[in-house]
Amino acid sequence: MTTATEKLELFEVFVRSKRGLDHKHIGSLHAEDHEQALEYARDCYTRRSEGVSIWVVKSNDICASQEDDADCFYDPSDDKPYRHATYYVLPDPVNNM
Amino acid sequence: MTLPQEENFMRKISAEEKIEPKDWMPDAYRKNLIRQISQHAHSEIIGMQPEGNWITRAPSLRRKAVLLSKVQDEAGHGLYLYSACETLGISRAEMIEQLQTGAAKYSSIFNYPTLTWADVGAIGWLVDGAAIVNQVSLQRTSYGPYSRGMIRICKEESFHQRQGYEAILALAKGSEGQKAMAQDALDRFYWPALMMFGPHDSDSAHSQKSMEWKIKRETNDDLRQKFIDQTVQQIEVLGLEHPDKAIKWNEERGHYDSSDLNWDEFWSVINGNGHCNRQRIEHHVAAHEEGEWVRDAITAYNEKKRAKQTQDAA
Ligand SMILES: [Fe+2]
Ligand SMILES: [Fe+2]
Ligand SMILES: [Fe+2]
Repeated sequence: MTTATEKLELFEVFVRSKRGLDHKHIGSLHAEDHEQALEYARDCYTRRSEGVSIWVVKSNDICASQEDDADCFYDPSDDKPYRHATYYVLPDPVNNM
Repeated sequence: MTLPQEENFMRKISAEEKIEPKDWMPDAYRKNLIRQISQHAHSEIIGMQPEGNWITRAPSLRRKAVLLSKVQDEAGHGLYLYSACETLGISRAEMIEQLQTGAAKYSSIFNYPTLTWADVGAIGWLVDGAAIVNQVSLQRTSYGPYSRGMIRICKEESFHQRQGYEAILALAKGSEGQKAMAQDALDRFYWPALMMFGPHDSDSAHSQKSMEWKIKRETNDDLRQKFIDQTVQQIEVLGLEHPDKAIKWNEERGHYDSSDLNWDEFWSVINGNGHCNRQRIEHHVAAHEEGEWVRDAITAYNEKKRAKQTQDAA
């Protein structure tokens, strides 16, 4: 038997806590459509004015990298320590640049 | 008469709140931002050319890998900024068109040629150094996506300046010939780097409105002074001569006094008469046209995939 929530779609919720900051993933919920998802998200995740803006995205629409593949996925950056500022040793008086 | 929406907008600005893409904003604010952000994006992209010129001729594999990484970062910066600008309702294609027809500008520093390997060091140290002074200030700009882009970019810039300084330090501590090469690069890049901050505030067409709207947070002259001050000791540590013979500590101001810039040169380069203006745009147009087949292939692939999906669904 399928329950009611199984017929609903899963949405991921992103909340901007303050103007100027990025939206941050805060959780997910089931809803029948985008509009409802927004209202549920408001009721569920911003009851104490945690946000000034909410994004909802269908979970199915998110394409994610696989953590199991992380090693080879990010491997091209692993042997490039020179991309970091700390790699360069400069004389003390100018080392704050 | 001020409209309520305009009042609301100004209230956010004075309360140091950011303006976000879907907020109401005055037309002139939007236009001003599009001009500034797209110009910044174009600078990142065109700025790859003078350094790219030396990738195949870097003096060691290490220097080559470093330079390649740095130029790659600049392409990324261009992308962050184009994306931030697109949130204001202008398309990437329009921006590129404006760059290629000359309707939009980019920083004139990139119209100077890179004649020797020392120039690559001077660019990282001075040009990225000047850009950092400006970008640190812009982290506090009033437009949210621009501000967030600046924060991301600033995190990446420190490596650019340090690798440049390290490279020029190696030359400055090297043979007589290498030291002369470092001095020559400093002499040529110091002045154009100061010009990166733009005209005097009194001659800047966009400055006042930009300050009121907090698009810009510090004036051209204040930022330039910051850069002049921080560079003095960096030149000393290199053991090179300061290109500005008038540089002198002013106890009362708490800043260095310096010579005025050659503003005729500044306006002439801005108006298209620098050493490399034509070459930079021609190269951009050529690269863009040569990449046409890639964009076509992406479109064709998308269409094919979509057609297959509709077929499968049917
Ligand atoms: Fe950059
Ligand atoms: Fe840079
Ligand atoms: Fe930059």
